[in-house]
Amino acid sequence: MNTKTILATPEIKTDQKPAGLRLFLTKLVKQRVLVFMSVPFLIWLFIFKYLPLWGWTIAFQDYRPALGFWDQKWIGFSHFKFLFGDERFLRVLRNTLAMSSINLILGFLTAIVLALLLNEIRQVAFKRIVQTVSYLPHFISWVVAASIIQTTLSPDGIINQLLIWAGFIDKGQEFLFLGIPHFFWGIFGASSVWKDIGWNTIVYLAAMTTIDPSQYEAAEMDGAGRFKRMFYITLPGIKSVVVVLLIMNIGYLLESGFEPQYLLGNGMNVDYSENIDIFVLKYGIAQSNFSLSIAAGMFKTIVSFILLFVANSVAKRAGESRLF
Amino acid sequence: MEKRNRIRTSRGDRVFEICNFIFMILLMIVTLYPFINILAVSLNDAQDSIKGGIYLFPRALTLDNYQYVFKEATIFHATLISILRTVIGTVVTVLGSAMVAYTISRQDYVLRKFITIAFILTMYFNGGLIPNYLLMRDMNLVGSFWVYILPGLIGVFNLIIIRSFIENLPESILESGKIDGAGDFKTFISIVLPLTMPVLATVALFSGVYQWNSWFDVFLYNSSKINLSTLQYELQKILQNSTATAGTSSMDGMINGANGSQQGAVTPLSIRATMTIVASVPIIMVYPFLQKYFVKGMMVGGVKG
Repeated sequence: MNTKTILATPEIKTDQKPAGLRLFLTKLVKQRVLVFMSVPFLIWLFIFKYLPLWGWTIAFQDYRPALGFWDQKWIGFSHFKFLFGDERFLRVLRNTLAMSSINLILGFLTAIVLALLLNEIRQVAFKRIVQTVSYLPHFISWVVAASIIQTTLSPDGIINQLLIWAGFIDKGQEFLFLGIPHFFWGIFGASSVWKDIGWNTIVYLAAMTTIDPSQYEAAEMDGAGRFKRMFYITLPGIKSVVVVLLIMNIGYLLESGFEPQYLLGNGMNVDYSENIDIFVLKYGIAQSNFSLSIAAGMFKTIVSFILLFVANSVAKRAGESRLF
Repeated sequence: MEKRNRIRTSRGDRVFEICNFIFMILLMIVTLYPFINILAVSLNDAQDSIKGGIYLFPRALTLDNYQYVFKEATIFHATLISILRTVIGTVVTVLGSAMVAYTISRQDYVLRKFITIAFILTMYFNGGLIPNYLLMRDMNLVGSFWVYILPGLIGVFNLIIIRSFIENLPESILESGKIDGAGDFKTFISIVLPLTMPVLATVALFSGVYQWNSWFDVFLYNSSKINLSTLQYELQKILQNSTATAGTSSMDGMINGANGSQQGAVTPLSIRATMTIVASVPIIMVYPFLQKYFVKGMMVGGVKG
């Protein structure tokens, strides 16, 4: 009954608040079906995504599982201070940054190059086959991928056999690739490229389809060769997508992944394979040092949060479309 | 092809095309060879594989490895759990995501902004390993099947691609339900769901792949519950064992040899190869048929350039 009156006389501002609330509630009742369809999932969201943040308080405690929340000993930032003096944590931080940078740069370059080359294939059927095959490794689990990578890199694996065949090494000198610490970043980078190069081309190929074909025709008339067309038309055509993705990915600098490092890591390459996520797992689960583990995880999340927000607003200011 | 009619193909163009063709063939070989190699090992006699030198084809063809793997009660049961979590998880995720996406696509919905922001914010942070673990423990989900389904119920990315899809549907179709006097839920079931099938297929693929491929939640929450183990986790355990022995297949063979090797007995190497194939075949069979849909989904959900 009230809705109509309020809509008809919007100039009444004295009781704006109760009216606004009442209008809101009236609408809520009217849209109760939509409420029933969405609010249960909103509650799910708060329980499973927001409630765990409460656990961050543990990072500031000398946590004892047997004690209740109010009986814990509060010790401020000393876990964080410990982390930044801890040689192992600093090494883990270095590995995280190194592997995510490798992933970022290699991932971008290889996918852009592959997209450019795919774009030049004129036989539609062949292009489709290549694309379908190239998506395959993205869909398999890292467990399967790690099994495959281990087999490929083992002493009787294909890589060693090729090296012997090409005469670079003799039989009996096979590399134990995953046992050589400073090979790990390279193996990680190559594995990530193998797994996701095809998948990463999707966005670029989509952007290329939006380029006006008349541009290519005009360039061809002017005598521009294939490479010139690639450099002066195709690449500028996908520039905005590349810039946005690049900025957004910088926001994930501390997210170097977990599964490949965990599954391919071993006692021999641990100095180069262990990243923050594995550090969190080892301290938290294996050693049950919840406070230190949460402090490390919290550090990662907060830095990522800031980076992502900065990245998002930089992308916005650059006049490019944001992710959302 | 049409360009060739208009302008003569230069020699450089021909060379480029041939190089590009060769490059693409190489790319496909690098992508596929490891799978073919593992398939060959899985189809080869286990004792014979230890000698090495299996590349593209099995040397002593046999199905013993597969027979062994499926006779093993643990692995058989783990496969069932994998299928169960994939089916239940996918259905619940697709329906739930579609429902929420529909409500936040409705411009007139009062909670639209609030729900959208609440979901999108969660892309920027998460509680982390231990807080999540403590939550599952406090909710008595540790040691239960539902710990596979509930935490990953709705992904923000899925929500966004479905919402974009609904928003791009012609207004008149959605309006037609209202004229017929259909309520919001009826509109959702009889109009929105059928029309969003292409994007729901994408979400189903992503969610199914996620469920099928998961092993870390099994390890974290249910590693002591053998009857809730999954195929991927069983494979991961085998993998971890062979990592402990430096990941050399010849060492796998030696371990088996020490355990008393009779002809035809399986080895960790061949079990691993067989399970790797079993764990990847369902996905390999499905994703090519959904390619058209997920490519579109990625375009919508990625960057609107």
